[in-house]
Amino acid sequence: MAKCKYDWPEASDRRLIGKRINRIDGPTKSSGRAKYTYDINLPGLLVAKIYRSPYAHAKITAIDTSEAEKLPGVKTVRIIQGVGKEIQWAGDEIVAVAAVSEDIADDAVRKIKVEFEQLPHFVHEEDLQQAGDHAKEAGGEKGGDPDKAFSDPDVVISEGFYGIPTITHCCLEAHGNVAEWTGANLRTYSSTQNVSGLPGQIGQALREQGVNVPDNNIETICNYVGGGFGSKFSPDRWGIEVAKLAKAAGKPVKLMLDRNMEMEVAGARPSGYAQIKVAAKKDGTIVAWDSHSWGTGGPAGTTMPPLPYVLNIPNKITRHTSISTNTGPGRAWRAPNHPQAALLTMCALDDLAAKLNMDPVEFFSKNADLAGERAEVYRQELRKAAELIDWQKNWHPRGDKSAGTIKRGLGLSLHTWGGRGHNSNCNVTIHPDGSVEVTLGSQDLGTGTRTVIAVVAAETLGLPVEAIRVNIGDSKFPSSGASGGSTTVGGVSASTRRGSVDALQQLLAVVAPSLGVPADQLVAVDGHIQAKGDAAKKLTWKEACAKLQVKTLQVTGKNPGQCALGSSGVGGVQIADVSVDTETGLVKIHKMVAAQDCGLIIDLKTAESQCYGAMIMGITYALFEEKVMDRATGRMLNNNMEFYKLAGIGDIGELVVHMMTGPGYDERGTIGLGEPPVISPGAAISNAVANALGVRVPTLPITPDKVLAALEKGGAA
Amino acid sequence: MRRKKGKLRELHKEGFSRRDFLKGASMAVSTGLLATQEAGAATPETEPGVLGPGAVPITLEINGKPHSLKVEPRVTLLDALRNRLDLTGAKKVCDRGVCGACTVILDGRPVYACNLLAIEAEGHHIVTIEGLSTEGKLHPVMTAFVNHDAQQCGFCTPGFVVACKAFLDKHPDPTREDVERGLGGNLCRCGTYAGVREAVLEAAKTLKGGRANG
Ligand code: FES
Ligand code: FES
Repeated sequence: MAKCKYDWPEASDRRLIGKRINRIDGPTKSSGRAKYTYDINLPGLLVAKIYRSPYAHAKITAIDTSEAEKLPGVKTVRIIQGVGKEIQWAGDEIVAVAAVSEDIADDAVRKIKVEFEQLPHFVHEEDLQQAGDHAKEAGGEKGGDPDKAFSDPDVVISEGFYGIPTITHCCLEAHGNVAEWTGANLRTYSSTQNVSGLPGQIGQALREQGVNVPDNNIETICNYVGGGFGSKFSPDRWGIEVAKLAKAAGKPVKLMLDRNMEMEVAGARPSGYAQIKVAAKKDGTIVAWDSHSWGTGGPAGTTMPPLPYVLNIPNKITRHTSISTNTGPGRAWRAPNHPQAALLTMCALDDLAAKLNMDPVEFFSKNADLAGERAEVYRQELRKAAELIDWQKNWHPRGDKSAGTIKRGLGLSLHTWGGRGHNSNCNVTIHPDGSVEVTLGSQDLGTGTRTVIAVVAAETLGLPVEAIRVNIGDSKFPSSGASGGSTTVGGVSASTRRGSVDALQQLLAVVAPSLGVPADQLVAVDGHIQAKGDAAKKLTWKEACAKLQVKTLQVTGKNPGQCALGSSGVGGVQIADVSVDTETGLVKIHKMVAAQDCGLIIDLKTAESQCYGAMIMGITYALFEEKVMDRATGRMLNNNMEFYKLAGIGDIGELVVHMMTGPGYDERGTIGLGEPPVISPGAAISNAVANALGVRVPTLPITPDKVLAALEKGGAA
Repeated sequence: MRRKKGKLRELHKEGFSRRDFLKGASMAVSTGLLATQEAGAATPETEPGVLGPGAVPITLEINGKPHSLKVEPRVTLLDALRNRLDLTGAKKVCDRGVCGACTVILDGRPVYACNLLAIEAEGHHIVTIEGLSTEGKLHPVMTAFVNHDAQQCGFCTPGFVVACKAFLDKHPDPTREDVERGLGGNLCRCGTYAGVREAVLEAAKTLKGGRANG
């Protein structure tokens, strides 16, 4: 079959792709020079703050901003939600103030008086019985004959309750924007995952609210973003408000959320709870699944996680109840609905394996065929992960029988994700002096997007990574997709590859006559353009580009496009090794291993970083994170970083990442990696704790109080 | 606002960090007192003399250079650095002495700049992330962060780098356990700790080599 011209180079020809390469913006970041939205200082900049609802459910009956307006230094006060509006969660925005300094803006907010008629609120969904009218049936599925399968006298049945609470994204750079009008043009500096998509959203919202600005007058800039994790796709109401404040004040305005607001309203991964029943034959073959799941994502409730997860159990019945609560609205959080599905499924199946007295590695390997076309990938990953954690030596059946109060255990989990590349356009520019630029309206969330683009262009053009300048973070650049759902690496690597191949072809055509070699017999290697098989006939890259004379070469690369450069669908297995102190209830991570595939890896170093980071984020939500809501007031109790705990450097144990590469993986092309490795840690750690203790701690986070309660209950039973 | 010039009580983070307390406590809420007490300890001893509420002139010595400015006494060192002097490397994340994103070095010791008033910092030597490198020449800690990919979004990174530098000044030959204890006062959401651990150990070696060759 004729090889497609854009195809990734063969393994033997790859100089850069798949190697460990330092991220190209590393020096800028580590030296503190990277400018985030939060760091933008402009002449005359005003700072905005927001008065927010103290009540979780209330109607606004009166607003008095007069005292705030009188305060020296206050430039603009705007009512966001006026009298008569019904507030649905504590912390919702009511009035915005722009002033000459942050402190004065805060003073002004304190002078705003709002009266409310309080309405009943509901903020706790863990107990389905209490949800009343807040619960709505939200679908389900049936396959095979679950009744028959469960009633077979030869099956072993395990039943349990499992859950994962709402957590908040807690981006270290809070959400926010700076807005600056120059005549009829609006520029926003935005902390966003969606540079190309933001102007359209901002323009539409402004026009709906009476500010007539066409999308092409709006430019969004985001060179660095301090975390998003799925929570920064939209400008949000505060992003529209800041543009209106700037227009009203005739000055640029910065509005970054305070930490408490960030925690309360700008990030929420929906909760997921379920009552689950599973059955297997005595030989361990899983035959039936029955789940009733529920959860909340704020007023809009939730949709059902993909249950049962990874394994397509032949006889199944699922049912989901969506619960609306008076809490900040849910947002996409890395791999939406998958960490929930993994926790619910993998814990239920692990309990079943324990009831069957089966080793979980054996149990999941045996049932891997239920994963369909990726069965073999899972088996390979199970083997690899088991080897890395020394499963043979360290695993024991449920309940560490050794003497002493510290119990040790191992637990595993499987996950899956899509990750096909998004739509992406880029310009590849070769200048007559030999310098090269790749320009696109993408963004680098810290995932290594800039680096991936540089590596692909450098590989294609036969240049070192440092020779490529990557321009991203401006909506005036060719449009490229939002960074969500692990779609970025596939999108930008493919558009860059196509653009670079075409640009090189054009350059070769220009250079060919002077070398007396047909263009299709020329290649770019090691900073030279040379004849295939005759290295004597060559020009340096600079000499070659000089042949362009005054003509700069610019080519557009696109994704999707000709030749498949990526695909979709990955597996992944993680195993945790933990110990639990049965006197204090403290869980300690000794080691966690990940075996992860993602097709062809462009930069192994930043790919591994994605996995390390995801495992650490996973340890954090497994052991510490929960958005704690106060029943009485309906407010978030831990809306700050001392009570909303993140893991620290001493909490993570030893981490081992193994990327599955080589034949069987590389030929799949690029597939995204942002989501997959963050899915399994909760389930793996929960299963490890169950293995250590001999009892299940049913819900995350696995805090000491829950460990002690589970031990007490387990002992009494 | 009371002011005491030139002398601070225990503002610095010790090698032993608050996180060690926090992670050990069973309920998130029950840990609050510790954090609050420690934050309380950061308040300077009171002395007679009232400043403000209006802006007062101060001179801050930052990265070896004096900067004169007028600030309200309530303005933190962090806000003065970021909003008035455009030294934006130190970040405001928690704004209450938990995360370390705002770490700067004060008289050789790492401090949370969000927990210190600008007027209290007068008369002290302040070093920020901007003072640790020149264009084109990274500090060995920064180089080690790049080599070990100890940064993702990078928002926590300047605070981490400054904290690591101050830590290594005091512990030139740390073990991994020392690193985990000494840097427990800096938090990262992207999960870069594995890289940071390696980076600090590498930077320790580079710095020691540099000293030996001195
Ligand atoms: S911002 Fe100062 S410690 Fe978090
Ligand atoms: S690198 Fe993103 S918070 Fe640390």
